[in-house]
Amino acid sequence: MTSTESLIDRRQLAYIASQAADARLNVELETEGMTLNIGPQHPATHGTLRIIAHLDGEQVVWAEPSCGYMHRGYEKLTEVRTYPQVTSLVNRIDWLGSFANEVPFILAAEKLMGIEAPPRAQWIRTILFELSRIANVSLFLGDLGVQLGAVTPVFMAFRDREHVLNLIEATTGGRFHPNFDRIGGLKDDLPAGFIDETRAVMKTLRNFCTEMEDLLFGNEIFQSRTRGIGVIPKDIAMQYGLSGANLRASGVDWDLRRDQSLPMAWDKVDWKVWTHPDGDSFARCWIRLQEVRESTLIVDQLLNNIPSGPVMAKVPRIIKVPEGEAWVSTENPLGEMGYYVVSKGDLGPFRTKIRSASFNNISIVPWILKGVYVPDIITILASLYFILGDIDR
Amino acid sequence: MSSTDTPIAEIPGDTLRERIVDDLRAHIGADLVDSLVKPGDDVWVRVSTDAWRRAGVALRDMGFEYFCFLSAIDWMPSPFGKGEDDPTAPPPERDDTVKQGYAGGATRLQVLARLVHPTLHVGVNIKCDVSDSEPVVESWVSVFAGANWHEREAHEMFGIGFAGHPDLRNMYLPTEFEGHPLRKDFPLLARMVKPWPGIVDVEPMPGGSADEEGDAE
Repeated sequence: MTSTESLIDRRQLAYIASQAADARLNVELETEGMTLNIGPQHPATHGTLRIIAHLDGEQVVWAEPSCGYMHRGYEKLTEVRTYPQVTSLVNRIDWLGSFANEVPFILAAEKLMGIEAPPRAQWIRTILFELSRIANVSLFLGDLGVQLGAVTPVFMAFRDREHVLNLIEATTGGRFHPNFDRIGGLKDDLPAGFIDETRAVMKTLRNFCTEMEDLLFGNEIFQSRTRGIGVIPKDIAMQYGLSGANLRASGVDWDLRRDQSLPMAWDKVDWKVWTHPDGDSFARCWIRLQEVRESTLIVDQLLNNIPSGPVMAKVPRIIKVPEGEAWVSTENPLGEMGYYVVSKGDLGPFRTKIRSASFNNISIVPWILKGVYVPDIITILASLYFILGDIDR
Repeated sequence: MSSTDTPIAEIPGDTLRERIVDDLRAHIGADLVDSLVKPGDDVWVRVSTDAWRRAGVALRDMGFEYFCFLSAIDWMPSPFGKGEDDPTAPPPERDDTVKQGYAGGATRLQVLARLVHPTLHVGVNIKCDVSDSEPVVESWVSVFAGANWHEREAHEMFGIGFAGHPDLRNMYLPTEFEGHPLRKDFPLLARMVKPWPGIVDVEPMPGGSADEEGDAE
């Protein structure tokens, strides 16, 4: 009469009994726990983030990230540079989506000066902004596989990201650090053949997204490693100032591209903000995948009607920014990136507060890692998605 | 909170910003020292040092639940300029008057934070003075958990204490590091050793010859 159910029941009972025995043993032995140091040089961390985790058995009791291995003091350095020179610094904050770092700073300076880039420049800025998002997040999707032990996705990501980097290089001359945005517009116009080439690449990237969806997101192992793991509720996400896909994965419908008026071209095209109610690792990764696809659609639409005209407004040769304070933030690949610029009417900023997305996103780590199992540390960190330069600045 | 009949989502930006200031004043009274609403831009409020935490709680209760950042500003002009001078020559005369920015102030150091309303999509920049003799304000960690790291950073970079913060360790620098790098009187050593030639930016503007662009406007 041993049916399947009773077999499963017996197994479950045996499992519970063994767990209880373990627990009794732990109480008797008074396990002290151990401290596990992850990083700063660890293959599963992007760059040099060090995490000190105190474990009890397989579970984390507390975890504390240790930053500063890549602190370059950009806030101090901006104070001794002129406005046009700052872009070459801020390029290196989030080095996978460099162009997107320049935009909010330039917009803040333009806001203080009371000028606006001509429409064509705004359009091209938006295109390049979205291209850096695609380059950045597609690498994230590939990297996600590596963190879980799947090696194939990362090769696909590198293969297809290369096309996007080529586009950025063709336009700006730099693959990673374009330094292309200027106060009042852009350094140059688009190169010949850019539009057709970009259309083809956007198609490739959409195929890449579909590939990733099938290969990675549909994978049973991936799902069981990420679903229900590392859940961040809405109110906690808000308190910690999480932004970007991490916030939208907790069900907050908020995208700075849509929800504020900036002199950019996002409001000229039709697109969708993706949210997910779950708030777990899977949701964060899934949102990013959708956003890459959405970005390719944004770029496609923008390519259809780039206005003609100059790419540079008339600005004085020597740029002096009038006295004042300005805050501009944009929805960067990693989340909300903003600059609080204080000007004293000088050649350079008096003070710049760089609000980078990863700093806030990673500050939740001590909270979220409490009680998780050791292998989940890696998936949770991967799904929060940080870039070291963006934490330390 | 407000007695008017218009639903809050339909209020145009500047009226909404004015109303935020009024609402905050209703909460903390005279502790709201100064405010500035820049049309079409943003809103700045300055609260008294004692009311720093109370203002944070009040704003959170008003719906500003999104913690954006917390930092500080040192309003003293740098005694070193931009490092463009010859280090062997005697230091030039510089204007050293401390002049605060929007919403005023009386001290050299100010704490600055930004909170955002997640559904109205409007933010508030909130400042408070920090006294020179005892640079301590109340911690926001119990109001916004995310303030933890930001306060550690501000403590390390500006030497501002946050009363009630659980653990004000250094974020970036070694524990034994002396000085507060983002204070204006902390020299940037690389520039102290060698004068910097880059202060004059001579790259011509793109699009057309440099002469024609010139010093337009």
